[in-house]
Amino acid sequence: MTPALTYDKYGSDNKYDSQHRWLLSSLLIAIVLLSLAPSLRLLVEALSDLNQGRHSPLWRVLNSASTWRALWHSLYTSGLGMLIALVLGSLFAFAITLTNVRGKAWLVFCFMLPMMIPPQVTALSWLQLFGPASPLLKSIGMAPPLGSPQPLYSAEGIALLLGIQSAPLVFLALRTSLLSLPRELIEAARISGAKQTQVWGHIILPVTRSGLIAGGAMAFISSLGNFGIPAMLGIPAGYFVLPTLIYQRMASFGTGVLAEMAALSLLIGLLALAGVALQQHLMGRSRFGLGGHSGRSHDFTLGRWRTLVTATLMGILLIILVAPLVALIVSSLVPAVGVPLNADTATLNAYAEVVGRQGATWRAVRNSLWLAGSAAVVLMLLSLPLAYRLQRLPERWRGVVLSAIEIPYALPGVVLAIACILIFVRPLPIINVALYGTLGLIFVAYLARFLVVCVKPVAASLAQLDSSLEEAAQLAGAGPWRRLSGIILPLVAPALFAGGLLVFLLAVNELTVSALLWSAGNETLGVLIFNLDQGGESVLASAVSVLVVIMVASLMLALSLLAPRLPKGVIPWQG
Amino acid sequence: MAGLAIDRVTKRFGEHTAVDALSLEIKPGEFVALLGPSGCGKTTMLRMLAGFETVDEGRIQLADRTLASADTHVPPEQRHMAMVFQSYALWPHMSVADNVGYPIKLRGLRGTAYQLKVQQALALVELEAYAERMPQALSGGQRQRVALARCLVSDPSVVLLDEPLANLDRHLRATMEHSFRDFHQRTGATLVYVTHDQSEAMALADKIAVMKAGQLVQWGTPETLYSKPRTVWVAGFIGQGSQLKVAAGHPGKHLEGADLMRGLNAIATERTQSVLVRPEHIQISTQTPAANQLAAQVESVIFRGERYELSLRLPSGETLLAYHHSAPDPGSQVAVSLHQGWCLEPDQ
Repeated sequence: MTPALTYDKYGSDNKYDSQHRWLLSSLLIAIVLLSLAPSLRLLVEALSDLNQGRHSPLWRVLNSASTWRALWHSLYTSGLGMLIALVLGSLFAFAITLTNVRGKAWLVFCFMLPMMIPPQVTALSWLQLFGPASPLLKSIGMAPPLGSPQPLYSAEGIALLLGIQSAPLVFLALRTSLLSLPRELIEAARISGAKQTQVWGHIILPVTRSGLIAGGAMAFISSLGNFGIPAMLGIPAGYFVLPTLIYQRMASFGTGVLAEMAALSLLIGLLALAGVALQQHLMGRSRFGLGGHSGRSHDFTLGRWRTLVTATLMGILLIILVAPLVALIVSSLVPAVGVPLNADTATLNAYAEVVGRQGATWRAVRNSLWLAGSAAVVLMLLSLPLAYRLQRLPERWRGVVLSAIEIPYALPGVVLAIACILIFVRPLPIINVALYGTLGLIFVAYLARFLVVCVKPVAASLAQLDSSLEEAAQLAGAGPWRRLSGIILPLVAPALFAGGLLVFLLAVNELTVSALLWSAGNETLGVLIFNLDQGGESVLASAVSVLVVIMVASLMLALSLLAPRLPKGVIPWQG
Repeated sequence: MAGLAIDRVTKRFGEHTAVDALSLEIKPGEFVALLGPSGCGKTTMLRMLAGFETVDEGRIQLADRTLASADTHVPPEQRHMAMVFQSYALWPHMSVADNVGYPIKLRGLRGTAYQLKVQQALALVELEAYAERMPQALSGGQRQRVALARCLVSDPSVVLLDEPLANLDRHLRATMEHSFRDFHQRTGATLVYVTHDQSEAMALADKIAVMKAGQLVQWGTPETLYSKPRTVWVAGFIGQGSQLKVAAGHPGKHLEGADLMRGLNAIATERTQSVLVRPEHIQISTQTPAANQLAAQVESVIFRGERYELSLRLPSGETLLAYHHSAPDPGSQVAVSLHQGWCLEPDQ
């Protein structure tokens, strides 16, 4: 029928209603403006002083050879990473969704884990797996001679890890489109005389092409913005991509080069937006309106190949997930870098150091927990009224608002970080509060970045709610605030909680934004691992990383337990 | 109890006029059905009564209080109405008792008074034993009754029902029709019931408003609608019967047997008046037609238990629906006498 609860013209007769609407609408407008502010501020800075011609920041950046080198590096590593992600992701998606391999739930969970593990931890664990100093290789006596190069300190090494990290994105996109593939399409092809291989070539691949494109584009964009992996693997080798170039310049020259960094950020931002635009264009051309039954478990019985396929998938997981994590654990148990692990050398000293000793380590853990916890709580509080008001907007405006709050999350982290520095480098006018150099700056950046992560599940849950549930309460005499707290809140609570947990999960390990915004005494967990590794303390870094992986895995499990009470698609690794 | 006055109410969605200058006077305690095909505006009218939609023109009054007009709008929570939704709208996070008690809890009722009210309401729909269940654990008919109990717990002045039987199977519908009638008798509340099913409306309502394309076509008791439908469309929508063209009578008047027969025998170009003939006003015999009878051929015979339903073909080519106690052979000739007809207005 028509949208419910329209009171546009009538303010006089219902005081509560107009107050309620007014408050929620102001909140909505304020949040949209705050979400747009960083990008706009960046744009202004990057395009400033264009009248200076050759001396304007944008011109200087575009004329610098290092810019174009880093741009090429970014494109090369992200492009190669995307190809690796496509191969891995589609292999798992096809095998798990369309066939009867064993242990599907566990395969999915393990395959999705790399996406949620912070990139610097992934990089660190792979570094512990290879190279002459690898404690794991030393322990089993397979370490290459001292002085031989670390193979991961290279463009291909970066691309490999980017591929593994973003493969779950391809997997999810493809799995979604495979699950919506009506079973009848395949059955109709079979009855028409198509062999299994022909069904793949003629039906499944063409129909799921949009999923492949979407997944590939997301993998590319996410690799482009990745900071942790190219920072850990590229900086020691002098191989810079755009995000690490910005980081290195800021670290060497400070806020003096802000205008140029804004111009560089604009470049990455435009690249990411171009990726999104290309993806939407290609998807628009290859999306089909599919009808019919979906959600079947499998179509292809593997027969005697079943064990082999299952073993292959597990073998791949062993290489890309288990081996690096084992190397990480081994590294965290040795007394010092280069010592092999055996019964005599094994020690928990590193953990005692991390947990027991007061100092930078413990402070970083506390900072990160505090930042992630309060960001999650604040965003949960904002999300419900925001999503509620959003639900009552006309569809076109809803799309505009969602895009606006999506921008800080979709842009690469360095771009947001530079924008936040630009806004807060001077004390705020009127209230005269200086956020630059405090934990508050990171907090504000997290709020902007992760708002959409929290709003989306709540909005999805609200959209599923039968509007008559609220109308019934309204007729029973419940005013707007009463309905929000008594009817809506309990019904969307699981989604709200899931949104909060997701924010916590992403924020507690965050590195990209905080790498640029941290200051002495205000380190985060992500920065700590990065700094420990750069400072040669890879044993301590490994111990912290092991704790982080345990935390991530248990948070993911907690969210999976919530899954049955959530709308489809809320939990990223369950598509 | 209070009467509802709907005065020339209009509602537009963009270019589309969903309800067009609709006026109804509903007396206190009346059971009223809004009847019409889907898209006729009946649900929009109901939602305007509830306050979920605003009124573009006209006025809705409950007793002496203006609920809605072009410049006033009392929000739903202040209208003291109750509604049974098509989807029942039971809150899944509350038990049956909490669902039922919510409206009176909002009115500040607590303690034993609250408990008593909830128990009474549940007793009225025979669900006392299910008080602590969650709505998900109930069957469709039980959920329906919980929704009803929630309606009556706060003694509302008006109860609105939006196609409440649409989601139930045929057997359950009959039972629920009975509970609605029962509910109405016990509470004496004013009931406005939206449905597209004419037999449901005829069985339940004191008065029926027949709607088409946003407009009120006829407003009357079920008996009036059956025996004196205003237009050709209403006659086709309600009850069974045949429409014939005659050269006699005026819209809104009865036509007695002799006039009817004479009108039917006129030449085709003069027969312009539509007349409705209900099957109970048709008598057939298997003898040769007399002078005051028509000859007709039996097209089909359907067994309906207590009688046979015959489809007859008249010499003019028109079909006629008649009842008979025995089954003549299809293709055989019968003699038909028509006792009464009702002259209809043409459709706009």
